[in-house]
Amino acid sequence: MLDQTSSQIPQPAEAAEVLIHARGLSKTHGSVQAVRGIDLDVLRGESFGFLGPNGAGKSSTMKMISCTSPPSGGTLRILGHDPVEYGSAIRAHLGVCPQEDSLDTEITVEENLTVYARYFGIGRKAAKVKADELLDFVHLGDKRKVKVEALSGGMKRRLTIARSLINDPDILLLDEPTTGLDPQARHVLWDRLYRLRQLGVTLVLTTHYMDEAEQLCDRLVVMDNGVFVAEGSPRQLIERHATREVAELRFPPGDHRAVAERLSDLCERVEVLPDRLLLYVDRGEETLRAVSDRGVHPVGSLVRRASLEDVFLHLTGRSLVE
Amino acid sequence: MTVSTTRVARAGVVAARPTLWRNLARQVPAYVVVFRRVLRGTAFSGFLAPVLFLLGMGVGLGSFIDQNSAGVGGAPSYLAFIAPGLLALHAMQVAAGESSYPIVAGLKWTKFYHAMAATPLRVVDIVLGALGFILVRLFLVAAVFSAVLVAFGAVTSWTWVFAIVAAVLVGAAHAAPTMAVAGRANSESWLPMYFRLLILPMGLFSGAFFPLSQLPAALQVVAWFTPLWHGVELVRGLSLGTLSPGMTVLHVGYLLLWTVAGTAVALRTFGRRLVS
Repeated sequence: MLDQTSSQIPQPAEAAEVLIHARGLSKTHGSVQAVRGIDLDVLRGESFGFLGPNGAGKSSTMKMISCTSPPSGGTLRILGHDPVEYGSAIRAHLGVCPQEDSLDTEITVEENLTVYARYFGIGRKAAKVKADELLDFVHLGDKRKVKVEALSGGMKRRLTIARSLINDPDILLLDEPTTGLDPQARHVLWDRLYRLRQLGVTLVLTTHYMDEAEQLCDRLVVMDNGVFVAEGSPRQLIERHATREVAELRFPPGDHRAVAERLSDLCERVEVLPDRLLLYVDRGEETLRAVSDRGVHPVGSLVRRASLEDVFLHLTGRSLVE
Repeated sequence: MTVSTTRVARAGVVAARPTLWRNLARQVPAYVVVFRRVLRGTAFSGFLAPVLFLLGMGVGLGSFIDQNSAGVGGAPSYLAFIAPGLLALHAMQVAAGESSYPIVAGLKWTKFYHAMAATPLRVVDIVLGALGFILVRLFLVAAVFSAVLVAFGAVTSWTWVFAIVAAVLVGAAHAAPTMAVAGRANSESWLPMYFRLLILPMGLFSGAFFPLSQLPAALQVVAWFTPLWHGVELVRGLSLGTLSPGMTVLHVGYLLLWTVAGTAVALRTFGRRLVS
């Protein structure tokens, strides 16, 4: 009876478990300030992304989080601890999938996993079982005995991800997980990462692909020039910084600012690119008709939903992939 | 979102402080995999190198030299003189070879040292693990090499058994500084230069092939400072049974100095690459 009663008393929401905590975090390489004071909290179970162009400071941030790069300033706590003092102990609970595969190319696929498992103090038999399980997970079960150098780029990436899961990490860090892969390999990889997300693994990834960020992240920050310029879910960011639709008008390469001026009252905002104008509107088809009524005839036009690419363009004035 | 309290995710995270021995032991399985792959090549080079050198230099050149002199540099024959020199020289060459390109490969090409640095292993564990593996292989090479020397009758004293250990020390005194260089090597041209300008001349002018007294006085002084000369003297002295305790301490001490200093610098250059 008593138990029942007490269980009906509303409990305060359980304090979220903060796995990554940063305040004013910065990183300087020589005279270059790669990260300039960022605040960050990543909770258990979240799938968190850093979106930004090359050189935005994403990888520097990831290296600090993976406890292989001491912060130059600010506070950083990983799993509640200082990464400088407890780096080794924290790394025991992290999975790191670096930008470059960093596999041992002269040993077999399976050995890459079993050998790596031992670095974490996993026993020989347990390592073998775990390696089998992970190779099946990343669809490399039939490549066990193959030397790594014989694998395709997509397979190597999947093996690197399998390796980063060998210690059942609390946080899986993925730095540009699909850069350099062909579209099919990317989709296989996304499928696997999506599965991990469903399993409740905390994912932290960097990317300069907006579609990747949209697919994989619950929450993301847009990073540019060492700082966060926006933060939220992909949907929130688009709602906040873009319109529902975008009307794209293609022109021969040139200066289209005069045309943009003429059309500026038809939309909330217009972005001028060398080969096209982007009109931010709620109903794209209507806008296209209005453009035509004004006597402006682009060589091509289309209407699409606004994406994170538009958010980035708006926030920084630049494209993600240049 | 702001969260005021930072909860410890795993209470046990910092319970186990890393220790060097634990982290070295964790690398053994990895190096066993590599060792199995290179075992034959290592043993074969340990066998082939002395056979070729002893046939060409010890027996061929030696019979010519021995016709014109009674003993060389305190050894009864040129073969007895050059055999320990060749062992020390070979130890240096293997050490320099194993601690240069394979290290650069791991740091720059495949980057598997970076992968290791993302585990509980620390830079010190990785550097000492790599160095330790090279020394184990050196021991194998030196043992096979010595067996060949014994078979050729090129060994004259029972203290020879210590020469195997001494050869490993010679290797360490060269492997550690070479690792430091490999850790720092930024361009592809560094290592060829290192071999041409340092390793090759040192091999020629450190008393392995002829007594140092044949060199001009100034070059003799230079040779005294090379770790290889101390290595050659140590191994030769042990093989001939002519080494005084004082000189033994001097040579061992000097080789240890290079080993320790090289390791210290390697820790820095690796650290700069792996944890920056």
